[in-house]
Amino acid sequence: MSFLQSLADRDRVFDFLAPAASPVDVRHGPILYLEDVSVSFDGFKAIDALNLTIDDGELRCIIGPNGAGKTTMMDIITGKTRPDTGSAWFGSRHDLLTMNEPEIASLGIGRKFQKPTVFEALTVFENLELAMAADKRILPTLTARLTGEVRDRIEEVLATIGLIELRHAPSGILSHGQKQWLEIGMLLMQRPRLLLVDEPVAGMTEQEMERTAELLTGLAGKGRQSVVVVEHDMGFVRSIARTVTVLHQGSVLAEGSMDRVASDPKVVEVYLGTEEEVD
Amino acid sequence: MWLTRPFRERATRLFLGILLAALALVTLLNLAVPVGHPLHVSTYAVTLLGKYLSYALLAVAVDLVWGYLGILSLGHGAFFALGGYAMGMYLMRQIGDRGTYGDPVLPDFMVFLDWDSLPWYWLGFDMPWFAFLMVLLAPGLLALVFGFLAFRSRVTGVYLSIITQAMTFALMLAFFRNEMGFGGNNGLTDFRELLGFDLRSDATRLGLFLATGIALALGYVLCRAIVASKLGRVSVACRDAEARARFLGYRVERFQLFVFVVSAMLAGLAGALYVPQVGIINPSEFSPIFSIEVVLWVALGGRATLYGAVIGALLVNYAKTVFTGVMPDAWLFALGGMFVLVTVFLPKGIAGLLCLRLRRRAATSQPTAGEAAT
Repeated sequence: MSFLQSLADRDRVFDFLAPAASPVDVRHGPILYLEDVSVSFDGFKAIDALNLTIDDGELRCIIGPNGAGKTTMMDIITGKTRPDTGSAWFGSRHDLLTMNEPEIASLGIGRKFQKPTVFEALTVFENLELAMAADKRILPTLTARLTGEVRDRIEEVLATIGLIELRHAPSGILSHGQKQWLEIGMLLMQRPRLLLVDEPVAGMTEQEMERTAELLTGLAGKGRQSVVVVEHDMGFVRSIARTVTVLHQGSVLAEGSMDRVASDPKVVEVYLGTEEEVD
Repeated sequence: MWLTRPFRERATRLFLGILLAALALVTLLNLAVPVGHPLHVSTYAVTLLGKYLSYALLAVAVDLVWGYLGILSLGHGAFFALGGYAMGMYLMRQIGDRGTYGDPVLPDFMVFLDWDSLPWYWLGFDMPWFAFLMVLLAPGLLALVFGFLAFRSRVTGVYLSIITQAMTFALMLAFFRNEMGFGGNNGLTDFRELLGFDLRSDATRLGLFLATGIALALGYVLCRAIVASKLGRVSVACRDAEARARFLGYRVERFQLFVFVVSAMLAGLAGALYVPQVGIINPSEFSPIFSIEVVLWVALGGRATLYGAVIGALLVNYAKTVFTGVMPDAWLFALGGMFVLVTVFLPKGIAGLLCLRLRRRAATSQPTAGEAAT
């Protein structure tokens, strides 16, 4: 009887009534929380007691020389690599170390790899349609219809990535930069909470870089996405970064605004110095 | 409804219009024009056209997996032949005691082999509904098992082509054996009637031609509906970047299996319509050469268009009939020559030529469509 009463409770929120978009609990601030994470491959410490906190809606740039552990860190967050020690939390509810790759992806962590891969024979619009979070079994896919809601979502993302004019162009004819944006759009279709972007501007022209900077800064925002960018191009980092984290030998060397980090003698020594010599 | 979506496409309506008009025209020229008149289409020609149409349906099935899924099947003849054998078994049972040996149940070749009862897998084939079900189920089941094993192990590309080839070759060798109970190298023949209609009468032959034409139309619409659905776009995605599609959450092997099985069933249907028109089914339909020829039709007509497969199948087979009549020895050279010429000058086949003209017309009407964004 009490069960029936509980069903009739007006203030009760059933599971199917709750917004499904994000189960991530960010009431306590950070969306990503890595604490004391270490991982080693054959004795080589790729990540060494790393602590990193990303706030909800933040845009964070991560820089560091080759071998600093940037990619390994991304692998740990997406579940590809398991750390030896430490903890990794997504919001304050989800322990990333207990989940596998697809689970983490469906929870809302999207990762963009360096090399863009889009379906070249399909149009920009169709690429986004396929990327959308939906029932991906055979029969639902066969009978799927383009509802107004889906269309709106695709148009919204098209506007965000600036490819509205090209929506019906086969994505094979896009330039390198446009393909990168399309791929970011494909990630956005899955409504991620945290975007991990690996070297987005490699191989881009000046103008493309500027537009990518606008795109990424526009994406980050409270209640929308948090964005973590790993990048080598210092000019690009300077143009988008509010907070920069410098990794070195698997742990955080410095963290703060670009100017503060750039004037840190330790950073200059291990990274910026050599970088400028190369330039 | 996803099945009615193709009817909204102009190209599909055009294709169906042409096909149905051709069916009506042939019927009219066969029935209404007196024999001896230059425009008269003989019943022999009608049956020949019916055979071409069943080949066209087979080509559509191959194009579905090759063009849209990227699976180059060199063994689709096996599904075609299995459908044909299922139909042939039904037709054999219809002969009854009118065979040479007059046995009321056993087909002639079994009496000849001294068998005293029907093997279990021949049971039920005297019932048309069961036989027609088997026309779809036998090839479908083979495709399901074969595809399940191949796609689960992520066998793709040239390796998959080779094992499809091996599959049809193995089946050919098996069906050549008398012990298999399918008539050995003579196959099944001497058919009398289908659903009570005399297979040798002109009216039945015209009816079979029309049925094949309608099956082609329906098969085409089904394939078009699949291709135009989101599943079709996922198939193309699997074709071009399998790993990426998997990364987006699509179970690639299931999509491959689904499309492969649908295609195999269509091929079986084509085989079932082919057999009563040519009057025989034997293991040569399993021969790898035949399956390769089907792929050539699709390549010549234009891959990934479906209508290109129909055009290719009709043209090549018409050319084959003409050539083998005039210069039998030159046919293979002609086929090879056509293939080389089309590959070099028309990489997208005959359909590519049609598309190019349409696109040129579209390009002149709305210029700078691509420049707007750069």
